[in-house]
Amino acid sequence: MDRAAAEARVARGGAPLPLPAFTPTQIRLVTVMACVALWEALARTGWFYKGVIPTTASVAVALVGEVARPEFYRHCGITLAEVSVGFVAGGLAGVALGVLFGARRFLWRAAAPYVNAIGSTPKIVFLPILFLLFGVGIESKMAKGALSTFFPVVVSTTAGMLALNPVWLRVGTSFRLTRWQTITKIYLPAMVRPVVTGMRLGLGVGIIGVLVAEIKYANAGLGYLAIQYYTQFDIPRMYAMILIIFTLAVLANVGMTRLTGRFYWDGADAPAETGR
Amino acid sequence: MRLLKRFVTSPACAGLLGLLVLAALFEVGVAEKVLSPLVFARPTQAIAAIRTLQADEGLAPAFLITLGETLASTVLALLVGIPGGALLYRRRALGEAYEGWLAALFAAPIVLLYPLFLVLFGRGYASVVLMGFIPAAIPIAITTREGLLAIPKTLLDVGRSFRLVPRDMFWKVMFPAAVPAVFTGIRLGVMYALVNIVAIEYLVDFGGLGRIVSDMYFRFEVPGTYASILFVVMVSVVFYWGFGWIERRLRPA
Repeated sequence: MDRAAAEARVARGGAPLPLPAFTPTQIRLVTVMACVALWEALARTGWFYKGVIPTTASVAVALVGEVARPEFYRHCGITLAEVSVGFVAGGLAGVALGVLFGARRFLWRAAAPYVNAIGSTPKIVFLPILFLLFGVGIESKMAKGALSTFFPVVVSTTAGMLALNPVWLRVGTSFRLTRWQTITKIYLPAMVRPVVTGMRLGLGVGIIGVLVAEIKYANAGLGYLAIQYYTQFDIPRMYAMILIIFTLAVLANVGMTRLTGRFYWDGADAPAETGR
Repeated sequence: MRLLKRFVTSPACAGLLGLLVLAALFEVGVAEKVLSPLVFARPTQAIAAIRTLQADEGLAPAFLITLGETLASTVLALLVGIPGGALLYRRRALGEAYEGWLAALFAAPIVLLYPLFLVLFGRGYASVVLMGFIPAAIPIAITTREGLLAIPKTLLDVGRSFRLVPRDMFWKVMFPAAVPAVFTGIRLGVMYALVNIVAIEYLVDFGGLGRIVSDMYFRFEVPGTYASILFVVMVSVVFYWGFGWIERRLRPA
């Protein structure tokens, strides 16, 4: 941190910083190494019940073993299929209903309390209904993914429709745009951002929704694998699986955030994370 | 009379009407076996089953257990999240280093860590409370930092012109200015704690409301399953509205 910044900080009421400041990258690096070292130390103390904290080496071996197994990719594919179908179905339904709600405000004002209410409940409690409706196979996981994806998308799309500047529509009218032109020239460009933002949030919660459904009742998928290793007390493999799932979920989120960022070309901040 | 007319033409009335029509359709559909009673419950039966649930399973105690767990998670999250967020504000490099990580972790499936917690802390309240604590602490820390960063410079200048010592500066100027932003984080945190706690209870058949939902499905009690789900929905709606109400009070006009 340079001197001027340090002085500004003190002026803001902060204490002066005696430390030579580390860069964020250094701090991250140190944090990762400290976490791994702490884990390794805990694994070697023997304070915990045997096998509960496996050494980092055994987790790494399990990780490699898992990724080398053809069976792993079958489970991966199943989870991917469940997430994709759920995401597309829930996303499309969310956009369609969001556009309808935005166009018919009376309808939205009537439905809003219920949409918000169900949107704020833990969707996992609806799993029994989905199991009753679709069985315990992959269909119920797809449905869970769709249900989870639907809510952020519908809320974001509706908000986008309602925030549409009425002046643009009046300009369109004065240019005598046809209905089709109004849609392609005004509505579509204005709706891109809220829709992709909703989709990004929707994908995040959709992935979680599918995985928890796999954990509860399933016979395939990554969530199922993780919980199976837990029941077999194959702890290194369980940790390896959790690591893989976490990495994939974070990658999906980062990818979607990048994608969303491309639609915020004018430097406007993408809206923050809300809703699950 | 005019009030009645206004209500009848209001969206709220239309929404209520829509809900009743939907409920009536299910009622008739299930009664006439158009919809399988093995899959759907008649709404009247589901509502009646809430009373049976209370008598047989102790819905109220289960609710109190879930509420207690959420409260414990929230208190822990406040104790860690607010000082944590303040630290991330004070040490700017730390804030920049961890900001992205916290956001990523917030979007990550923290629920999936539960086998880890079960293994470390056993299948008990400690695991549930800790699992609720993590997703609650993250938004609180993030919004505390953002709230402090967003304090208008004018307020700090006023504080300085009164020559406030750092402690007064924090408690009299910075903290009150950051409260509305921090409260948004607390609201998110409580909702996430509740969601995660119910999810864990449901996944491991332990604790309060989530366990009852799981039990009811496991016993194939269709009206009971719907009743327990209905109850969870009502609880989170009360949370959602209650916190929304408090948040609107705290926002400067």
